[in-house]
Amino acid sequence: MVDVAAHPVVVQLKGVRKAYNVGTAFETEVLHGIDLTVRHGEFCAVVGPSGSGKSTLLNIVGLLDRPTSGTVEVCGEETTALGDRALTRLRGHSIGFVFQFHHLITAFTALENVMMPMLGAEEFANDAMRVRAEALIASVGLAAWKDNGAGNLSGGQQQRVAIARALAMGPALLLADEPTGNLDTKSADEVFALLRRFNTEHGTTVLFVTHNAALAERCDKTIEVVDGLVTA
Amino acid sequence: MFKTWLPFEWIVSIRFLREGRLQTLFIIAGVALGVAVIVFMSALMTGLQMNFIRRVLSAQGHIQLLPPKEVTRPLRLGVYAPPGEVEAAIVQVPLQRLKSIDQWQAVAQQIRAMPQVIVVSPLAGGSALVMRGVASRAITVAGIDPALYYRIVTLPDKIVNGKAELTGSDILIGTELATDLGVSVGDKLRLTTASGADTTLTIVGIFDLGNKAANERSTFVALRTAQSLLALPGGVTSLDVTVRDVYTAETVAQRITAATGVQADSWIKTNAELFTAIAAQSTSNNAIRFFVGLSVAFGIASVLAVVVVQKSREIGILRAMGISQGQVMRVFLLQGGLMALAGSVAGSALGAGVLALWQRSARSADGTPLFALVLEPSLFIEALVLATVTGLIAALAPARRAARLDPVVAIRG
Repeated sequence: MVDVAAHPVVVQLKGVRKAYNVGTAFETEVLHGIDLTVRHGEFCAVVGPSGSGKSTLLNIVGLLDRPTSGTVEVCGEETTALGDRALTRLRGHSIGFVFQFHHLITAFTALENVMMPMLGAEEFANDAMRVRAEALIASVGLAAWKDNGAGNLSGGQQQRVAIARALAMGPALLLADEPTGNLDTKSADEVFALLRRFNTEHGTTVLFVTHNAALAERCDKTIEVVDGLVTA
Repeated sequence: MFKTWLPFEWIVSIRFLREGRLQTLFIIAGVALGVAVIVFMSALMTGLQMNFIRRVLSAQGHIQLLPPKEVTRPLRLGVYAPPGEVEAAIVQVPLQRLKSIDQWQAVAQQIRAMPQVIVVSPLAGGSALVMRGVASRAITVAGIDPALYYRIVTLPDKIVNGKAELTGSDILIGTELATDLGVSVGDKLRLTTASGADTTLTIVGIFDLGNKAANERSTFVALRTAQSLLALPGGVTSLDVTVRDVYTAETVAQRITAATGVQADSWIKTNAELFTAIAAQSTSNNAIRFFVGLSVAFGIASVLAVVVVQKSREIGILRAMGISQGQVMRVFLLQGGLMALAGSVAGSALGAGVLALWQRSARSADGTPLFALVLEPSLFIEALVLATVTGLIAALAPARRAARLDPVVAIRG
């Protein structure tokens, strides 16, 4: 677990550019020099039209993708020069992901999905791991479904399990890429409320990509991405 | 719930295999069939070869020591002709008279001391004419020490009438010769050699060596009887040797020649064609094994390649949650190894079952098995290890591909 108090700035992007097919006739720049600072405990909405570069930005912040140029600092660590192993480790311990499609692993139960990041980090399962996963499952209101196969849950339930899984390692930063985009209004509200609760109770910094203006308004701060630039 | 004693990679591999149950079962069945073919063929070939060798070696020693051949030494040049002139000498190939191995008892003792040697049996052999009334037949007389010789050739097992015990005035003859001469156990035969020596012996046993020519010509007498009949007092014409490992016979024969100076021929040398046939059979068996193994490897690799595509989104998620490339790679390697291991266990059992069935059904006319099959535990262990290693190697390429998947692309699908 990352000591968030020691790093008041959780995300710092300076001049981040991202281009695809670099050096070819099809080179396309998606992000055109983004500067962004996200502080500890902030709940930020990331908004913008489709194709504006929101997901690319989130992938770069989440260390799943590397910028073509510029620097990315996560939890006080400059990541540009880090190798794959170090990036994987930092990602595993500091960042949690929630995707539009829950992406639970269907071979496992809800509880096992939540335990998975901890198991990957520690290699062997233990009681402490199980207790933490059960607490997280209970906190998303799915204690009664913990032993259900991941494929046997409703869309809203699956997304809640995905949130519990994203929080398993106690990350400083939670990246949610349109987590409510595929849910009905009621389930979307529940998921948002959950993210908000974890942000308030545990101080988890949240970057929340959404097309839902009403939900975006309920966030502390709005980052608007238009044509590969942060405009607000 | 996760087992606390299983590492992460094992848990994920087993779950992935269980999730794609049908796919897993098919590939395990494929591996099992391949392994069963290998086990069955190997046991069959080994059994067949052992049977050939057993049959060949049931009538002879593994190594035979013979006295040196008579050679002609041409006159040295310049001894009889004046210097500057060439002697034109016609060198005639000498006759090979019957002679004994020089100092054979010392030689036998020296060979017996070798750790690879089991038995050394002296034999005095030659030709004779057997007469009964107006009928006569040319035969070979083998003078043996029954206590030693029967440990090499199990003559008592081949006796169809009488017994295999030999005293100084006894003879054992083959079934064909007995029929030709119209004799039976207890009858007397007169043996005459080319040098004029003769003796009368009593038939104590009639044997069947399973070969008509051998049953017509072969006869066995006591060593001393043969020595006196063939004018070889105290001498022997050959020493038959058996060794612990029949395949080392040629090496041991060379060692014997080096140590004693006596010519030693191994069964490998005297049955070169059979040995070449066995070697060719082994080579073709290995080729079949290799190709079956190769097809099993391709089967595993292709299934895993499909699994990697099917699971690419899960792999992306695992990578996003901090699972390393090494861990992803091990997950897929393990799947290959586990499928191959399960397949090889099932295949070994299947192979053993088919062998048992084959042994029960493939029988000679008299109801006895055609030949004994060799079911060595090492064959199963070898199949298990080889199949698992093959599975791991086959999984290497798909596993590397899975580990190198770009998580962003994988998650996007």
